[in-house]
Amino acid sequence: MRYTNTGNKDTRSGFGAGLAEAGNRNPEIVALCADLIGSVKMDAFVKEHPDRFFQCGIAEANMIGVAAGLALSGKVPFVGSFANFVTARVLDQIRQAVSYGNTNVKIAASHAGITLGEDGATHQTMEDLGLMRMMPDMVVINPCDYNQTKAATIAAAEYNGPVYLRFGRPSVPNFTPADQTFEIGKAWVVEPGNDVTIFATGHLVWEALQAVDQLKEEGINAELINIHTIKPLDEEAVLASVKKTGAAVCAEEHLVAGGLGELVSGLLARNEPAPVEFVSVDNRFGQSGTPAELMTAYGLDAAHIVEAAKKAISRKR
Amino acid sequence: MKDTRELIEVATQVRRDIIRMVTNAASGHPGGSMSSADILTALYFNVMEHNPETWTREGKGQDMFFLSAGHISPVYYSVLARTGYFPVAELNTFRKFGTRLQGHPSVRKGLPGVHEPAGSLGQGLSVAIGAALAKRLEQDPHTVYCLTGDGECEEGQIWEAAMFAAQHKVDNLVAMTDWNGQQIDGRVDDVISLGDLPGKWEKFGWSVIVADGHDMEAILEAFAEAKRRQGAGKPIIILFRTDMGHGVDFMAGTCQWHGKAPSKEQCEEAMKQLKETTLGDF
Repeated sequence: MRYTNTGNKDTRSGFGAGLAEAGNRNPEIVALCADLIGSVKMDAFVKEHPDRFFQCGIAEANMIGVAAGLALSGKVPFVGSFANFVTARVLDQIRQAVSYGNTNVKIAASHAGITLGEDGATHQTMEDLGLMRMMPDMVVINPCDYNQTKAATIAAAEYNGPVYLRFGRPSVPNFTPADQTFEIGKAWVVEPGNDVTIFATGHLVWEALQAVDQLKEEGINAELINIHTIKPLDEEAVLASVKKTGAAVCAEEHLVAGGLGELVSGLLARNEPAPVEFVSVDNRFGQSGTPAELMTAYGLDAAHIVEAAKKAISRKR
Repeated sequence: MKDTRELIEVATQVRRDIIRMVTNAASGHPGGSMSSADILTALYFNVMEHNPETWTREGKGQDMFFLSAGHISPVYYSVLARTGYFPVAELNTFRKFGTRLQGHPSVRKGLPGVHEPAGSLGQGLSVAIGAALAKRLEQDPHTVYCLTGDGECEEGQIWEAAMFAAQHKVDNLVAMTDWNGQQIDGRVDDVISLGDLPGKWEKFGWSVIVADGHDMEAILEAFAEAKRRQGAGKPIIILFRTDMGHGVDFMAGTCQWHGKAPSKEQCEEAMKQLKETTLGDF
């Protein structure tokens, strides 16, 4: 395996580190939070730049609007909260003030996905990628580990335009290079292979990496591609890979509706028809449990990815 | 800078523009446009420090205006055109395919004077607060103005913004409400009453001014008072008492003309009541 776990870390801390670093580089960067500084890991930025931080309280709609006003006036605002509260709760504010207004707002969404765990379904946001993908001109990023989240945060700060950046709460393997450069919209071939392509995003990239190893033991060479940018999707990379492998698996901590699986399937249907298997939570709400329990119960772990890969291969014509 | 008599004449022309635009488009929102006409005429011709020649969306080095109640775009477009942001003749294109003068203001068509889209209610005040914070960060001494409707104040986001601005002492902001007492389904008091509106804003920590929104002297004095109160650690709001549809007798004081275009005959009747001005129609 080319990548090894250098120690578990939470992706939200990657965001916190990236925001602090970007904030030191660029004085135009400001941050807003809705009463969750510690949870979203904005502490370092708040401490170093108190004059560039705006506490919004538990009032996310206003937070999005204030951020839009700061952005159109030349600032680079990052708004931070739990994924549900900066997407579904404020979708209309994002639609008008950020997307239609095309303001340079960065939406930083923590605690996304079923791996939030014990908090349960109200907080386990699994619609957000779809909702944000539907917003014209919105870039949607879902990095896979601490290092990549940090790099993605810095890239989002440097990009001019609205960005949705999704990350999570649990400590998960940190396996991508610390010195990586994050290129928005450029898919990352983690492992090359010829028999099937696994497109994975977020926390599921690590699971998919384990799946690739297991498949190898069974003589199956799977290609693993990390789709860290959901939008714009690296269509060229997706098509080139499936042209070679002839089958695909899409793995994500998200509903089927609006997720990576639908996105990739649509692209393939139009250009390179091939069997696609979905590893997702289907269209269900989550529930309380440990992240590991939930990953298994909702069919998101490496074992499920292995099964999906075999099924996709068996469906090749 | 114009004297009061000239401002009144401009406001009359703005009202002619509103009626003619909406009639021409066979759709649009004349009621709130008419009630806000005097306020925005005073603001754009005499109060704001702005320059259409050097205007940018970022708004640096100038006062900025945000229309939160995006549906009253006719009055906004008329005032922008009449102060030189774009040719007055362009008012002819209002709501037509390909126009820069979208039904609700857009920033995607390159129309000068518009900082941010509006239409979905309750959002503009938050955006204006963000712009005011940016000015504070940059030590730009200019003022940010924002106009909301009164029915719009039923939106919860307005009160989120109210609390935020007070907490952060956003005192380079002057909000205004077109307090015409009407909304689509009837009188505001009969739909969801705002109760003691000045009292609400005061309790939310704002500095409140109440003025007659159809008395040009009173409007100018209210803006002057707002200027005097700036920099004192409190956001400022002027509640302008107005009549929906003000200026045309059959349109005034009712919600019936919130979002309805007059017929050609009704437009002619309105033009008789709103006397021609030296500015001329578009």
